[in-house]
Amino acid sequence: MDFLSFFIICVKVLLVFAGTLLAVLIMVYAERRVSAFMQGRLGPNRVGPQGLLQPIADGIKFLMKEDIIPDGVNKPIYLLAPVIMLIPALMTFAVIPFGSTITLFDRDIILQVADVNIGILYILALTSIGVYGIVLAGWASNSKYTLIGGLRSSAQLISYELALGLSVVSIILMSGSLRLNDIVADQQGHLLSWYVFKQPLAFLIFLIATYAETNRLPFDLAEAEQELVGGYHTEYSSMKFAMFFMSEYANMITAAALTVTLFFGGWDVPLLDEKSLGIWGAMLSVASFILKMGFFLFLFIWIRWTFPRFRYDQLMKLGWKVLLPLSLINIFITGGYLTLAALK
Amino acid sequence: MATIIKSYEPTFWDKLYIPALVKGLMVTIKHFFRRKVTIQYPDEYHIPPEGYRGLHRLNKFPEGRIKCVACEMCSAACPADCIHIIPGPSPWDEGNERYPVRFDIDLLRCIFCGFCEMACPEEAIELTEIYDFSDYTREDLIIDKDGLLEVFELTKDQKYYSRKNDSQEPQK
Repeated sequence: MDFLSFFIICVKVLLVFAGTLLAVLIMVYAERRVSAFMQGRLGPNRVGPQGLLQPIADGIKFLMKEDIIPDGVNKPIYLLAPVIMLIPALMTFAVIPFGSTITLFDRDIILQVADVNIGILYILALTSIGVYGIVLAGWASNSKYTLIGGLRSSAQLISYELALGLSVVSIILMSGSLRLNDIVADQQGHLLSWYVFKQPLAFLIFLIATYAETNRLPFDLAEAEQELVGGYHTEYSSMKFAMFFMSEYANMITAAALTVTLFFGGWDVPLLDEKSLGIWGAMLSVASFILKMGFFLFLFIWIRWTFPRFRYDQLMKLGWKVLLPLSLINIFITGGYLTLAALK
Repeated sequence: MATIIKSYEPTFWDKLYIPALVKGLMVTIKHFFRRKVTIQYPDEYHIPPEGYRGLHRLNKFPEGRIKCVACEMCSAACPADCIHIIPGPSPWDEGNERYPVRFDIDLLRCIFCGFCEMACPEEAIELTEIYDFSDYTREDLIIDKDGLLEVFELTKDQKYYSRKNDSQEPQK
């Protein structure tokens, strides 16, 4: 590998890393602002124009706060848990293609950090590692609330990961590849080639499962304030709490990006050949990706302020008795259709 | 007579839940675009409705005499016992002979019931629309005669807060 390609990779890594963190900041701001708007309030609007600098003020506040380590915690694990959660949350975005290729310095640069040929597996694996952060935080804190929160969250993630994975399987059947680039390429062309239209059921299951995976309402039993104080991060303060907070938002961003990649054509602009437009096409594709992702991030907040929380048994019932059979049926239908189409 | 409550049998459409979920989402998005009810207090003031019972004032005649005759009806009517009056002879030639030498209201005791206003035969004591009169010490929250007359000057036109709103810089 020559110096230039190394440099390009470094730039891409920095860009994606900074972009994810920036998106987290914007998301924290948007969450408060949108929730306020939906409740007829104004929300934070004092720090900077329209309150846009509020997340920075929040960040400074988190850094300045006293870092409390409660008595009786299992110290190494207690300290490690937020790290275990944050790092995979920031790593998952690496395989997501956020734009078409740019031609710079006589070479094609794919707008994606790592073009892994098992992209989907990579994402599923890393999000599962993130769960350890939650479970370990809940266990190491030596508090009943965090323990219950951690247990609930692990049970929930196990039940919904199945439905999530199985709904992705039907997409893999359609595209015939685990590479996210291939999946995006398969959805090029006209609008109806997007997988939402081909796999509406899989999309629905995937969407519901992502809400459970990211611990968002209506599935935020792991941090149900009314019962569990704060859930698994009750005993954390200062920057360690902020790390949990950030990783939750980073997970949401990855989930939104993955939804767009799998079902909404990724960076695809409908009815447009991005590659023929050169650099402008690439810009357009990035813009379209961000726009679609923004919609799904908005949907996260929108749904949070619309639906009440599930009861624990309802959550399990939905996961095991509804989503799992539905996704299995969907795989059978997809497989059967593909076999028939191949036989013709 | 007993009423028979028919249990509602959900149809397949209901059991899908998705139409109901979309309906719920539509409700919240409608609220998203609604006018916001927040009043950004120090920048803009809420104007209380007529008849609001806020800070007290002592009324004056147009020529400057105090209407109060120190009859102490208000302090007698006061359930919180927060009005303290020391009467004395009026310094003016015309009008009433009595007038309050001291007129103190302990705002921390006052419950803003408005009984003093109702008891007053001279329409001298009145509750105004002013609601933001907090202070740092207990002593500062005992308002004396001069203070009450000052409140009268501020609220003569019943436009204390609308005047304040008009003098604010326009919102960014």
